[in-house]
Amino acid sequence: MLEALTEPFFQRVLLAGLLASVAAGVIGTYVVVRRIASLAGGLSHAAFGGVGLGYWAGFPPIAGAAGFALVASLVVGLAERRVRSGLDTLVALVWSVGMALGIVFVALAPGYTPDLTSYLFGSLLFVPWEYVAVAAAVDAVIVAAVLRYHRVFEAVCFDEEFAEVAGVPAERVFLGLLALAALAIVTLIRVVGVILAIALLTIPPAAARPWVSSLGAMMAASTAICAASTLGGLLLSWSLAEHAGLSIPPGPLIILLAAAGYAASHVVAALRGSGGPASRPS
Amino acid sequence: MSAPAAELQNVSLRLGGISVLEEVSLRIEAGDYLALLGPNGGGKSTLLKVLLGLLTPDEGSVRVFGQSPRAARGRVGYVPQSFRFDRDFPIRVLDVVLMGRVGKLKRGTVADADREIARAALARVEMAELGTRPIGALSGGQLQRVWIARALAQQPELLLLDEPTSSLDERVERSVWELFAELSQEMAVVVVSHDIGAISRHVRGVACLNRRLHSHPTRELTSEMLEATYGCPVDLLAHGHPHRVLHAHDES
Repeated sequence: MLEALTEPFFQRVLLAGLLASVAAGVIGTYVVVRRIASLAGGLSHAAFGGVGLGYWAGFPPIAGAAGFALVASLVVGLAERRVRSGLDTLVALVWSVGMALGIVFVALAPGYTPDLTSYLFGSLLFVPWEYVAVAAAVDAVIVAAVLRYHRVFEAVCFDEEFAEVAGVPAERVFLGLLALAALAIVTLIRVVGVILAIALLTIPPAAARPWVSSLGAMMAASTAICAASTLGGLLLSWSLAEHAGLSIPPGPLIILLAAAGYAASHVVAALRGSGGPASRPS
Repeated sequence: MSAPAAELQNVSLRLGGISVLEEVSLRIEAGDYLALLGPNGGGKSTLLKVLLGLLTPDEGSVRVFGQSPRAARGRVGYVPQSFRFDRDFPIRVLDVVLMGRVGKLKRGTVADADREIARAALARVEMAELGTRPIGALSGGQLQRVWIARALAQQPELLLLDEPTSSLDERVERSVWELFAELSQEMAVVVVSHDIGAISRHVRGVACLNRRLHSHPTRELTSEMLEATYGCPVDLLAHGHPHRVLHAHDES
């Protein structure tokens, strides 16, 4: 099945997947340690509203997705402290309103919308070069921001109140982090789609957690796990088609492989009795 | 005459429709070492948050080193009573202490000087050798000392400690009170406690807070003051030296 690697189209697909893995591993680490997985899920579903708007208004749906995810991150981040609704309620709002708007826009859009499902569930095999370029640009922004603001992000995720007291504008930093999460979601839409994007933001960092004791190490390990799952899912999809005549898209296979990695990681960690939640002092 | 470390004038604050502070006036001089006593819900933590600029009073004025509390943040160290802390957070002790430097980093980078300050702060709480431990592997008492070290890494001129000894065993508690006394030679220190028995003989001033503040210039506690604060008669025993204070229920 390794002959797939020599195919130019497969190389493009793999590159898109690896670029998405960097965004997922780095930002997913913050999502997991700050415990905002549901918020990330809300942002990715809200992005579907932008996809629909793109179809209706005639601009690239991926740009609409980025815009909607960014606006949703700002709305939730600002409303959390100003509106008397819990974070989970606000997440449910942007999650469902984004999807609802997407459906309305798609219904209004003229003609047939052929590749709608590619945004819902991903379609890595048909990823265009333009999308690879977008993912590379998003990665560059994320990596640059994290290199510059790593200490500040870490402090705000760990103890927001103390970070504020120590002189960090904690709310603005948190909004910035949510904006980066919105961008990371954009790189994941083609890989697994808006519905499953949350999987790659949470499963690889959670799998890495028992083996790391710093955010930097968690980011590196998460990226590696996500990249390995992506490569594995692509090869599995390819070989199932070649040898078994089964047409299964790589996206869900990537997620299932990552989940298997999560289970294996935590089982091994528990058996070794080291790292992770099991090692707490009594 | 330099500005006092902190000054509150007629500060009133309501939270969720409930009055928490009423016309509180307090002046903390640069060399003060003040114990802030009072029952649970008396507003002690709230008062610290007002000094930190985390809460804005409805009435009255707050100045910290002659500035607004927000502007003075770089000069005020803080040890919170308890906060939503995640033991699963992957981070080492020294990096937690370095968070005391986070507002003062140049281009986001931790310099050698910052690391030195953080190591010295850990050494002062007798945890020098635990810097590389994952934070989740520490005991409650060790964690409390890490929060103190984190505040020291801020290099504050005013140190606000909210129940800083609540989960320490007796031996460590004694050494921590000695540390506070030592620190009070270098900076203004305010220690909050609901336990009047925990007040060290080193404290140089006492204020009692139960929505309203009853302060006393010296460390002498009068039973009137405590009664006004706790709302029930309290006996003072062994008053003088070594300034131990016990509840009426404990004796006679």
